[in-house]
Amino acid sequence: MSFLSIQDLTVRLRGKTPILRRVSIDVAAGEVRALVGESGAGKSMIGKSVLGTLPQALGITGGRIILDGEDLEQLSPRARRQRIGAKVALIPQDPLTALNPSRRVGPQITNRLVDILGWSRKAAEARALELLNEVHIPDPARVMRAYPHELSGGMRQRILIASAFAAEPKLIIADEPTTALDVTVQKQILRLIAEMQQRHGTALLFVTHDLGVVSKVCQTMSVLYSGMVVEDTKVRDFFASPGHPYSAALLVATPKYTDPDGSLTPVPEAVIRAVEEEVAAFDRRQEGAA
Amino acid sequence: MQILRRMIARLAATAVTLVGVAVIVFVVIRVVPGNPIAMMLPPGATDADIQRLQELYGLDKSIPEQFLIWAGGVLQGDFGTSISLRQPVSELVLGRLPATLELSVMALVIAVALGGAMALTATLYRGTRVEGAIDVTGGMALSVPDFLWGLVLILLFGVLWPLFHISGRVSPSLGFEFQSNFYLWESFVRLRFDVWADIVAHMFMPALALAIPLAAIISQLLKQSLKETMHLDYVTLARTKGYSETSIITREALPNAILPTLTLVGVQFTFLIGGTVIVERLFSYEGLGNMAIDAVINRDLPLIQGIVILFALIFTVVNLVVDMTYAALNPRLRHA
Repeated sequence: MSFLSIQDLTVRLRGKTPILRRVSIDVAAGEVRALVGESGAGKSMIGKSVLGTLPQALGITGGRIILDGEDLEQLSPRARRQRIGAKVALIPQDPLTALNPSRRVGPQITNRLVDILGWSRKAAEARALELLNEVHIPDPARVMRAYPHELSGGMRQRILIASAFAAEPKLIIADEPTTALDVTVQKQILRLIAEMQQRHGTALLFVTHDLGVVSKVCQTMSVLYSGMVVEDTKVRDFFASPGHPYSAALLVATPKYTDPDGSLTPVPEAVIRAVEEEVAAFDRRQEGAA
Repeated sequence: MQILRRMIARLAATAVTLVGVAVIVFVVIRVVPGNPIAMMLPPGATDADIQRLQELYGLDKSIPEQFLIWAGGVLQGDFGTSISLRQPVSELVLGRLPATLELSVMALVIAVALGGAMALTATLYRGTRVEGAIDVTGGMALSVPDFLWGLVLILLFGVLWPLFHISGRVSPSLGFEFQSNFYLWESFVRLRFDVWADIVAHMFMPALALAIPLAAIISQLLKQSLKETMHLDYVTLARTKGYSETSIITREALPNAILPTLTLVGVQFTFLIGGTVIVERLFSYEGLGNMAIDAVINRDLPLIQGIVILFALIFTVVNLVVDMTYAALNPRLRHA
């Protein structure tokens, strides 16, 4: 039984335009799954659907999200919030905007433990210090008292990672956690996320458009195009022999570090046309069924 | 250290402002038509009488000369003697100041409570009819000036449904001997809650009249910045931690969204103090504003000067307090 099972999830813009088209994704306990696709493919929306943070204009119009055996959509909003708060955590995209500027760092790590999970303040602070050590932050006691604006982007992302692991969630959704950082810091943060994941055995849903990241960190992956899962495979198999023409083209289009001067290969138009046709055929089937 | 240095700089700027205000007021009330001597003398007074009185009050000298004499007195704490009331200006003004301060602070408290509640409710129910209703109410509150709200309130709660007193500051029938001019505060501290309730019943309507437009401004601005803040990443992150919508608004969004509102409240509070002039008159409330109108009618030059200087002082102090609160609430400014 997977820890997170998304079944036929459909998300629409104002009840009409489909954003996610019957997406099904399973994440087993301890599994690291990548969600890849171009911008606008809907990969972040999957994470937001689970977390309950979809923008107001978007709504879930079909399918189920089963978390730890419970259908989230059947729960009351309050119970849903509490389940998510206790079992799932988010590593956000932009560490510069994801910390509250008017609060010290310490309480932003401990608040979930104290307010939602009922820990004592002392225990939560000890836990926060321990985690800041784990994410290799020097002088964690000082950092706990600092305000976010006093820390660098890399430091802030480390803090957000520590905060995500604080309550020992079963699943962490990392929404392009390195996109907003510069390249040298990206590598460190990536390594850190992988290290933390291994130490804690947390399942990880890694939203990214960077296949290099996927090959380094993830075990399984779902490839999205236009809100549709076009391929669901093991990462090893994907790089050996991608199963879908779009996946294959995506792989070819990825710049290689080994060949920095090689020209970039765009996804061929024929492939785009084919996958667009698949999406259109899917929409026709949906309308026919309705 | 930096805060101290900044405060000293601000105090210096305050002094310059006050001197400027003093000069302008002093000159303007002397060059506009109408003179205090004419107001005091009965019709048919002789030129010699007029001459004698002008010399008595020093009005025969040139304006710069008069200013120097007056300023010299001010530096020694002497603001002159009121022409119409024949008492020292400082005594008169300081005697009335507590009444106006109590009224303004009460109005401010009502405005913040009312405006804050409206903004928070509208944010919690954003995109629904509740938000629409609050917006419409706010628009109406804002488009009617404070003194008209005063008349509306007098009509509603003074005449049609007499819940509150429509004039004065306290009922003389209570026979309570005040030792200070802070009636509201004093009756509270001396635990005379019957007197306190009577004072509140007198102050409530003028305070509410002053508060309604300010509440509407607070509500609209705070709601706007709350709604913007609600889209920010740290608010989303707090949502994934399991917080309810209410605690997200009050704990995560409000402390950041409140900053622009705070600046505005500071500016608007000074307008509110200006508004007391007419509203106090309307409710026959014995405050500075009411005295200011009498002073202008009687061309009581020293008294006008004293009141205006005091108003200017209040304005600058309020702005200073706002700036300091702003720094305390925004950690990014503290080190900058």
